[in-house]
Amino acid sequence: MVGICSYGGYVPRFRLNRGLIYGAMGWMNPGNIANARGEKAVANFDEDSITMAVAAGIDALKGFERSKVEGVYFASTTMPYKERLNAGIITAALGLNDQIRAADFSGGIKAGTTALLAALDGVEAKRLNNVVITSSDCRLGKPASPQELIFGDAAAAFLVGDEDVIAEFKGSFSITHDFVDHYRGEYAKFDRQWEDRWIRDLGFDQLVPEVVNGLLNKYKIKMKDFAKVAYPCQYPAARQKLNKVFGIAPEAEQSNLQAEIGEAGTAQSLVMLVKALEDAKAGDKVLVVSFGSGCDALYFEVTKNIEKKRDRNGIAGSLANKAELDNYTKYLVWRNTLPAELGLRGEEDLWTRWSSLWRSRKFVLGLWGGKCKECGTPQLPPQQICVNPECGAYDAMELIRFSDKIGHIASYTGDMLAASLNPPAIYGAIEFEGGGKFYFDFTDCDMDGLATGMAMSMSFRRKYYDQKRDISGYFWKAVPIKEVE
Amino acid sequence: MAKGIRDKVAIIGMGCTRFGERWESSAEDLMVEAFMECIEDAGIEKKEIQAAYLGSHFDEVNVGKAALPLALALKLPYIPVTRTENFCATATEAFRAAAYSVAAGVYDIVLALGVEKLKDTGYGGLPGGAAGGTNAFMIGANMTAPGMFAQLATAYGKRWDIPMDRIKDAIAHVSAKSHANGAINPKAHLRRAVTEEQIKAAPMIAYPLGLFDCCGVSDGAACAILTTPEIAKTLKKNQDIVMVKALAIADSSGEEAMYSNWDGCHFVTTRKAASMAYEEAGIKNPREEISMMEVHDCFSITEMVTYEDVHISPKGGAYDDIMNGFYDLDGQVPCQVDGGLKCYGHPIGASGLRMLYAMYEQILDRVPEERKVKNARMGLTHNLGGSPWMNVAAVAIIGKD
Repeated sequence: MVGICSYGGYVPRFRLNRGLIYGAMGWMNPGNIANARGEKAVANFDEDSITMAVAAGIDALKGFERSKVEGVYFASTTMPYKERLNAGIITAALGLNDQIRAADFSGGIKAGTTALLAALDGVEAKRLNNVVITSSDCRLGKPASPQELIFGDAAAAFLVGDEDVIAEFKGSFSITHDFVDHYRGEYAKFDRQWEDRWIRDLGFDQLVPEVVNGLLNKYKIKMKDFAKVAYPCQYPAARQKLNKVFGIAPEAEQSNLQAEIGEAGTAQSLVMLVKALEDAKAGDKVLVVSFGSGCDALYFEVTKNIEKKRDRNGIAGSLANKAELDNYTKYLVWRNTLPAELGLRGEEDLWTRWSSLWRSRKFVLGLWGGKCKECGTPQLPPQQICVNPECGAYDAMELIRFSDKIGHIASYTGDMLAASLNPPAIYGAIEFEGGGKFYFDFTDCDMDGLATGMAMSMSFRRKYYDQKRDISGYFWKAVPIKEVE
Repeated sequence: MAKGIRDKVAIIGMGCTRFGERWESSAEDLMVEAFMECIEDAGIEKKEIQAAYLGSHFDEVNVGKAALPLALALKLPYIPVTRTENFCATATEAFRAAAYSVAAGVYDIVLALGVEKLKDTGYGGLPGGAAGGTNAFMIGANMTAPGMFAQLATAYGKRWDIPMDRIKDAIAHVSAKSHANGAINPKAHLRRAVTEEQIKAAPMIAYPLGLFDCCGVSDGAACAILTTPEIAKTLKKNQDIVMVKALAIADSSGEEAMYSNWDGCHFVTTRKAASMAYEEAGIKNPREEISMMEVHDCFSITEMVTYEDVHISPKGGAYDDIMNGFYDLDGQVPCQVDGGLKCYGHPIGASGLRMLYAMYEQILDRVPEERKVKNARMGLTHNLGGSPWMNVAAVAIIGKD
């Protein structure tokens, strides 16, 4: 049996109330009031599509032996690199083997489901097994555009394989059209779109039925057989019409989470699929459809194994961990839409030395530390000579992964002098359970909530951005572990 | 068997510029200014100097690399000139190299000079630079010096179960005392007395350190001319002579940063260096035998924990000593008698020699009555460069012959 073996989700902690955006920019485009309800998920200043994909991937790999993963497919239209495999960075961050297949899927918004299909096809053809597919997007709309209100940031991930399948892959149907509803050229920062009425009446009203009917006919199945139908369409009237045409019962319609997250690009259908699986039970048939330069429709049947995977953080878990971003201009500064003075200290030249990163890639990207084979002392970065003064063994270090360890705050501060896009820069010493310590930046937290001894988990983040050379550099930060109800 | 440096080297001259925002002076100007005072004090001619050591830290900001800037600025006549650099211990390293080359019998008269020009960066605080190597920014937290040292306070509170408001009381007294001393010193950078209330109400720089918990970032230079005790006695007939009693340095081994047995609120290196220095100087009871100190008060909390680390205050006992005025100018062991890094200022590469200058002028009784330490015989200086978990500590002791 081939299918989804695990799922993971990630929604950034910050949520921006759309009323705040409208309050600031509505004067320019009063019609945007139609899109000003609810909130959108906003990546923190140190998050991007790669870091969110890693977070979702870690969630999906919970409890799974990572050395068994044979492939990583990443889908996004907001990848930090055009050349340099983004999935390669994710592979290293997930601490996977080097001997795997990794690829980036991009272009149309349907790239997320296409990557999932590629993984399913690869496993079905027995070319590879245990493939992580992860998708995320951080699309930008210009200030005062509808897209600014509609888009949100989120990520989803799946482990695809042929053992302990939780959702069996039953089949798919795809269509491809050069239907340009949204596009970005080579150098574009912001999304551009054609008229809404055209996207709605020709795009959603005609292309979604084309792919869905294609699948229903191919597999001789009826819409009412599906317990959950997940398709992306942020136009409420179009959704109502499609639900009616297809006869989708209200309980079978998977919410597009527009009020909680926003339209998440390549991740949109997959975020909806994760949410559907979170609520599904054995025997449920699930239909997931993507939209963007065509459509993919995928058909799954949930197995009883799903009960073993209820401990994922998922979309529901990350939605519950939220903090209000009460400042629209902060959002603009974080996305580099509004130039802000960081101070001369912030203009220091950060010259990434790739040959050096290559040497220390295991530590920097994967947070692998050392553990002395002689005395067992964990230490990071990995050392040639053991740091335990009673030991001092030479060349006796085995690599162990710290990225999934829990640490505790030994000391910390909030620094107003450091150049930061989210001052104060909070950082401190983290002592890992079982040994080993390092001084990390802290993120997704405020000074008020911190105390020595507090438990922290590790999160892969964008450590710096070199504007001069267009380099996103990554490392790990510490995040307080929150009890989510 | 090596016996150490005690009483093998004499200081025959010292000089120190006014520290501060010396917009009008280049690093070269500062070197010359300190040197002119020093050579006059020594009573020798420039051509008698056989070797020289230059200490400077942020070479990329001003002086550049190597020791040439010193040779060129002072027009030293083709003698060996060598640059030392070891974070905040840089000037003490220059002094140490000079002292050892005299003690080794290689040279008779040697110059040590430290200089730093920090106010050409265009912003407050120390420059970031590549102190931790070119790749530090890839993995190091977004740290500045105040934030690194501020963590001593959160860890100290945890270790000794002292609430932060009491730590704030103690470090406010530390800074107020240094401001009081700096206010009466014409060469100090910050010359205004401030109250403990003002200190505690200052804007936060890095929790829990406020503006007045941080030392001045200054331009300045300081220097010393060293020779053998025999030559010193011929040059300084019937005068008190200041002798080097101990020079100790300890560097972190990586244990504090990477081995989880350090409490985060003391300096392992300072404790080692202080013990080595007392041994070398023959000091059994430092609390009684040390007359005065200049310790590395880059931040008030650093000074607080250093009182314990140089074995003067008992462990966990700095609070009581501070609040009892033990380290005030009229206390038992006056500390930062010239204003310290806090108010005299902290041009990194000059600070170690500036501290020695402060001890030297007290031992030779050259300060006006209001700044005088009673019975100043034995002075201790201390530098701490790096971060609390990875650093170099230097302790020097000089005293009356």
